[in-house]
Amino acid sequence: MTVTEDRPAAATGEIGRDRRRKEDQRLITGRTRWTDNIQLTGMLHMAMVRSPFAHAKIVSIDTSAAKAATNVVDVYTGADLGESQGVLINAWPITPDQKTPVHLPMPADRVAFAGEIVAAVVARTAAEARDAAELVDVEYEELPAALDMKEALRDEVLAHPDLGSNKSALWVFDSAEAGTGGNVDDAIAAARTDGVVVEREFRQNRLIPAFMEPRSTVVDPTGEQNVMYSATQVPHILRFALAATTGVPESKIRVVAPDVGGGFGGKLQVTPEEWLTWCIARRLGKPLKYTETRSESLMAAHHGRDQWQKLTMAADKDGTLTGFKIELTADLGAYVAVVGGGVPVLGAFMFNAIYKIPAYHFACQTVLTNKTWVDAYRGAGRPEATFGVERMMDELAHELGMDPMEVRRKNWIRHDEFPYTTVSGLEYDTGNYEAATEEAMASFGYDELRAEQQRRRESGDRVQLGIGISTFTEMCGLAPSRVLGSLDYGAGGWENASIRMLATGSVEVTTGASAHGQGHETAFSQIVADRLGVPFESVEILHGDTQVASKGLDTYGSRSLTVGGEALVKAADKVIEKAKPVAAHLLEANVDDIEFEAGTFSVRGTDQGISIADVAGAVFVAHNLPEGMEPSIDADATYDPVNFSFPHGTHLCAAEVDTETGAIKLRKYTCVDDIGNVINPLIVAGQVHGGLVQGIAQALFEDAVFDDAGTLVSASFVDYLVPTAADMISFDVHHRSTPSLTNTLGTKGVGEAGTIASTPAVVNAIVDAVRHFGVNDIVMPCTPERVWRAINGSGAGGADPTTGDAMPHFDAEGEQA
Amino acid sequence: MIPAQFEYAAPTSLEEALALLAEHGDEAKVIAGGQSLLPVLRMRLNAPEHVIDIGRIEGLRGIREDGDAIVIGATTTHATVLTDPLVAEHAALLTKAVHHLADAQIRHRGTFGGALAHADPAGDMGAPALALGAEFVIAEQGGGTRTVGADDFFVDLFETAIGEDELLTEVRIPKHTGWGAHYEKFVRVAHQWPIVAVAATLKAEGGTITEARVGLTNMGSTPLRARAVEQSLTGQPATEDAVRAACEAAAEGTNPPSDLNGDADYRRHLATVLSRRAVLAAAAG
Repeated sequence: MTVTEDRPAAATGEIGRDRRRKEDQRLITGRTRWTDNIQLTGMLHMAMVRSPFAHAKIVSIDTSAAKAATNVVDVYTGADLGESQGVLINAWPITPDQKTPVHLPMPADRVAFAGEIVAAVVARTAAEARDAAELVDVEYEELPAALDMKEALRDEVLAHPDLGSNKSALWVFDSAEAGTGGNVDDAIAAARTDGVVVEREFRQNRLIPAFMEPRSTVVDPTGEQNVMYSATQVPHILRFALAATTGVPESKIRVVAPDVGGGFGGKLQVTPEEWLTWCIARRLGKPLKYTETRSESLMAAHHGRDQWQKLTMAADKDGTLTGFKIELTADLGAYVAVVGGGVPVLGAFMFNAIYKIPAYHFACQTVLTNKTWVDAYRGAGRPEATFGVERMMDELAHELGMDPMEVRRKNWIRHDEFPYTTVSGLEYDTGNYEAATEEAMASFGYDELRAEQQRRRESGDRVQLGIGISTFTEMCGLAPSRVLGSLDYGAGGWENASIRMLATGSVEVTTGASAHGQGHETAFSQIVADRLGVPFESVEILHGDTQVASKGLDTYGSRSLTVGGEALVKAADKVIEKAKPVAAHLLEANVDDIEFEAGTFSVRGTDQGISIADVAGAVFVAHNLPEGMEPSIDADATYDPVNFSFPHGTHLCAAEVDTETGAIKLRKYTCVDDIGNVINPLIVAGQVHGGLVQGIAQALFEDAVFDDAGTLVSASFVDYLVPTAADMISFDVHHRSTPSLTNTLGTKGVGEAGTIASTPAVVNAIVDAVRHFGVNDIVMPCTPERVWRAINGSGAGGADPTTGDAMPHFDAEGEQA
Repeated sequence: MIPAQFEYAAPTSLEEALALLAEHGDEAKVIAGGQSLLPVLRMRLNAPEHVIDIGRIEGLRGIREDGDAIVIGATTTHATVLTDPLVAEHAALLTKAVHHLADAQIRHRGTFGGALAHADPAGDMGAPALALGAEFVIAEQGGGTRTVGADDFFVDLFETAIGEDELLTEVRIPKHTGWGAHYEKFVRVAHQWPIVAVAATLKAEGGTITEARVGLTNMGSTPLRARAVEQSLTGQPATEDAVRAACEAAAEGTNPPSDLNGDADYRRHLATVLSRRAVLAAAAG
């Protein structure tokens, strides 16, 4: 894949430089501390016994054979652990009356999804634990399972009989009630007579985050502080939740997220596996490790997306939007996960996207089923919303016979209208949709591709061409705390950083934004190096250990740079302010005459100066400091932004559809993302490329399919299709830099942009390629079979479910293999 | 992903391997490259008590010419087949097909004989071997060997003519020197097993097809020959229309599976389209 974005001519400082990531050598070679690499003296190993049934009563569990197996230390059931195992929290109850099933790490009486843990086996080696797990004999009494979320809404079969209903919560935003716009039903009624109304129902397929490193947890209870090492995105939230639910004082808990191999939201969970490792290690008084298998990861780590979107869009006959009504049904799975119902609710602020919509209504019904639980997955709520609105803009254009870009242009917020308060109540600070679109269309060759499409259509070519548009925006940062509070989110959105000026010239920086593959160590070093005028190599970024970076709210929602990066800047500024009087004292000058530039304090109008490293050294020995001064120039800062950041971009996709087979081939993909000021273009390009692939994969490949019994069918990478480079094309990636006004670095989030924008661009392109066959939707993932069926008119938009069986490659008894 | 415990043996001679098979019977599994067996063991879908590694038996590896055939040893890796000039010259269909088999890492571990003996109907080697009329040399207990023709080798899903106490030692491929060949594989992602694939090889003289062989991958419980297509093609010009007409019968007699990647009717449709494309490409190259 090529990177073709415009680079800044010649970055003078560190910010804006294409620095290769300093962490990559150890990460790529694996010569580092992945959690599963950790070995502690006397460490025991754990394996889980999981329910094969989606919903069943646990009649009995016979652990005697497992307990008698070689080197087995003990076997635990939910009944054995009782309340000592703690409970898993939902941090975002979206309504006061939300139905939230109690989520025990290991239930004693009833399992609610296939993959739920019913017993835990501890042995001296991982292999012995796994072997013994097969000897645990569980008797189940199967219960009817609530599997299809729409059927579950009827409450005929209950996922949790004690709750009395599968309906967890209904969250509503209405612009007429909020005073941000008109009444949407009136707008729709008016459009039915005088304008146009487009009604569609879209499916958001269920996805699996499929991070590269499976989850792993080691608990060491042998010291005064109980230490949990975990492959998590959220060490600080994990520590808080452990303290809040297990009765251990927070000060006795240290959580370490060593190098973590990817998350995509999938590791922002607090998990049954972590809680059981914690509980059992403490019970045994010995270090204990649990590492999941890939099969367990796919089955039991939380899934993402999974919604039905009933959308009604009203417009005047000239294409001017008059109203947009969104009715979502969102599958939570068996439990309300840590963010859970909050993920689809984030869509409330994004379905209006970049458009001026006079009347708006968003309702989200969350539903409990007997499937794997659902939570954040790269983009979390925003991809779903972007998909819905961008698909609808294309449908509206089609209904009106307009070019889909023209409909967008007619309705988007013009660059001279910022700051702009949207119908869902957010204030967008900046944006220039016109400029990004113009650049994207030129680079894409929009007009030429449209002409080619026309030629292919007229000649009845076997290969038809389609063009898909996605002009997206997103809200990044997951802060400010005040806004999160107003949404009943259980935490704030600030971030913390500290800077320690070491005596030998090194600079130690801690950040509460704990990276799991993003390249924080490089980008944050660039920021600090620039700000303090020290060499890039002198800066060390420490993170992911609650004893080292004691305060933080971790990494998700494209927040690390816009929130965590700003905390760094504030801490650095404090260091400079504290160092200034020392410099003045050593230079025998008045502090008001001291200037700081490129790492040197100098006396204005003279050639006298002293480097910040020398100031740090002088402070260390503390022999000669200003009278009464505390001998420290270290500083920390906690930053809570005033607003989200709002990156945006125009993504254009050209796709070829082989009408004989339904096969899809990407022809060209151009994106122009306005992501504000860029710290490291190389890292940005990596984020965009990876994000695009993940979003394209939702459109074309990935699907978590369950069978009629509630068993995950796509339970290995044979059937859960994650694409590789061989399945992609080179992307035409550009970025623009309209600085964000919500932070001093002028940055916006970029970690999720590609994922959010690309899915609708791809599906719009496919539908556009075959629309003349009477197709107006194809259910995701757009498999060749679905496309072929859509073209041949069988099944609305190829919605017929494909037979839910896995390929049988591994079921059989291979003779020679 | 830890397999259950098993006893591992690595015999260095065929006799030793056969003796171990005789001793352990159905409690033993043979491993060569391990690209199919290891996932089965790691996912604990099977837990044999004995695993017999035939990778150290020298005589089972390599490719040689033997009169009107080329002979491929059972433990020859796919990567070796891919780059072998004898194969390219006399059995171009294999070269074309193995190029699409999984990825480079698997091709360097996985073996030609192992893939055929595993007999996954979605495996990429079965249909080309069938189309080329391969003969399978099987070592029996007591030192004898027997040769089984391709038509009798594949019995059912994951089942071949190899007995429990026998070993596949080599595969003889009749030379198809100068035949055009093409393997048309239909997948959603590159590393996937084919949803359907068609292996076509043919001889043409003056634009007329004189002989054609067409094998189908994943259209039933074994690799299949599209005999009706082969017959219709014989004597036809290698034109789009003639080939299209002949390939309409590609799915005749097949019994394709329905799974996440496609229902049976879609696979039947694919078989006709892919057969046409494979035959036309084979005729062109």
